[in-house]
Amino acid sequence: MGATGLVIQLAYVISAALFIFGLKLLGSAATARKGNLLSAVGMLLAIVAALLDQGIVEYQWILLGFVLGGVIGAGAARLVQMTSMPEMVALFNGFGGMASLLVGAAALATASGTFVLVTIVLSILIGGLTFTGSLVAYGKLSETIGSGAVTFPGQQIVNSLIVLGILASSVMFCLQPENSQWLYLIVGLSLLFGIMAVIPIGGADMPVVISLLNSYSGLAACAAGFAIGNNILIVAGALVGASGIILTKIMCKAMNRSLSNVLFSGFGGASGVQEAVEGEIKPISVEDAFYVLEAASNVVFVPGYGMAVAQAQHVVKELAELLEQNGCEVNFGIHPVAGRMPGHMNVLLAEADVPYDQLLEMDEINPRMETVDVAIVIGANDVVNPAARDVESSPIYGMPVINVDKARTVFVLKRSMASGFAGIENPLFYKENTRMLFGDAKESIGGLIREFS
Amino acid sequence: MEAVFLTFILMLAIFLGFELINKVPATLHTPLMSGANAISGITVVGAIGLAGTGQQDLSNWLGAAAVALASINVIGGYMVTDRMLAMFKKRGK
Repeated sequence: MGATGLVIQLAYVISAALFIFGLKLLGSAATARKGNLLSAVGMLLAIVAALLDQGIVEYQWILLGFVLGGVIGAGAARLVQMTSMPEMVALFNGFGGMASLLVGAAALATASGTFVLVTIVLSILIGGLTFTGSLVAYGKLSETIGSGAVTFPGQQIVNSLIVLGILASSVMFCLQPENSQWLYLIVGLSLLFGIMAVIPIGGADMPVVISLLNSYSGLAACAAGFAIGNNILIVAGALVGASGIILTKIMCKAMNRSLSNVLFSGFGGASGVQEAVEGEIKPISVEDAFYVLEAASNVVFVPGYGMAVAQAQHVVKELAELLEQNGCEVNFGIHPVAGRMPGHMNVLLAEADVPYDQLLEMDEINPRMETVDVAIVIGANDVVNPAARDVESSPIYGMPVINVDKARTVFVLKRSMASGFAGIENPLFYKENTRMLFGDAKESIGGLIREFS
Repeated sequence: MEAVFLTFILMLAIFLGFELINKVPATLHTPLMSGANAISGITVVGAIGLAGTGQQDLSNWLGAAAVALASINVIGGYMVTDRMLAMFKKRGK
């Protein structure tokens, strides 16, 4: 290793340290922004070090790539709406996967030894399925394709055949690396597998899928690192891989389902016998709701994906402020899988200037629920369904939920009586202390704000 | 031997990642994910070496395309994470 080589390797060590320290600072809202900056400095250092490599004789293609990617990336980052964050993260995951696929494929030119060939296969495989899987996830999240689960007879058999095909062509590729048809076969099958793996997963399970694809994009970078023998790719890729796996685990736990159940079951079909719910629905007018809220001294908002769809986060914040001026304590109870990606609701509320110390996790809000005068459910359904706690035959039995039904009064803001994404009856709507405020969430809350002022 | 050495690094990095991410509160999961996404753009470092070989072959073109895709990830990822984190404020600020 020459002097330059040594400098490059040392720079990689420092940038790995910066990534690690940056992620550590992301552990608290007060230091998170600094952490992200440190991580970006680490990336810059790694890129500068890579440019010093003496194998590089011309820079125009690198520069062109940077400019092109930079303009697209910066444009997207500035323009994206906070409600569309899940789609954008899905798309970026896909680009990362594709980049790793390309690096893996390009590494073949200089590859030697079975170990390197195996890692090339892995980077192409993981990168390819991350790419198409993310594109399908993007399509479902942005509703350019239907967000429902796509299933057809014989799906498992088709998928098994694809996996067998990938295995067979991988073995053949390692035996005859000079024969490029095996490489193309692996690329094609991985791309196909990404599509097949994500189409049977419904919109409400997207938090799991995005977390998993996030993890894959890291693992693909990791595999590419093995293929070209680069430490920093391995370390950074592994950090991202681990992060995605943990988020996946948290999301699965919050739905009380195993990962294989999310990936292979196509949730949302008719599942089990559901008990008929007794009681009647009690609608409430905006005016009556206002009188209840005016007298309340402790209010909790529980948002769900519907709040994002209605873009209601700003009016919610406005109502929260009016309630606080009225001497009421206001908090937000946020379920881990509310929305379409982990932490989705928190970002929307932060955008509307809700301070983060008002955003409480499920485990913090549930013990206090009995002291709450009014719990206001906005566009959430399954995550507040008491059947998950009480009804053993319910398909979501055992899933941890926010116990809004234990508050003195519950307002449910809802468009109509159609059931939630999973098609599960919600006994909350029929409870003695529940009042339904029908209509568009944004308009209903706007009506309440007008009553206050 | 190098394979063993690299695998060793991989194992340590994964355990470290688990420890670090476990401590991130649910409030910050979206920025964490987009920040991690930016880090996964590290592939750009590998792509740079391939895009600058000066040999106008397939491997060169693949490298250049990978630089472009990974830079979308890196630049877009860090910028959007910063944009999100700037919105998280404490009460009274």
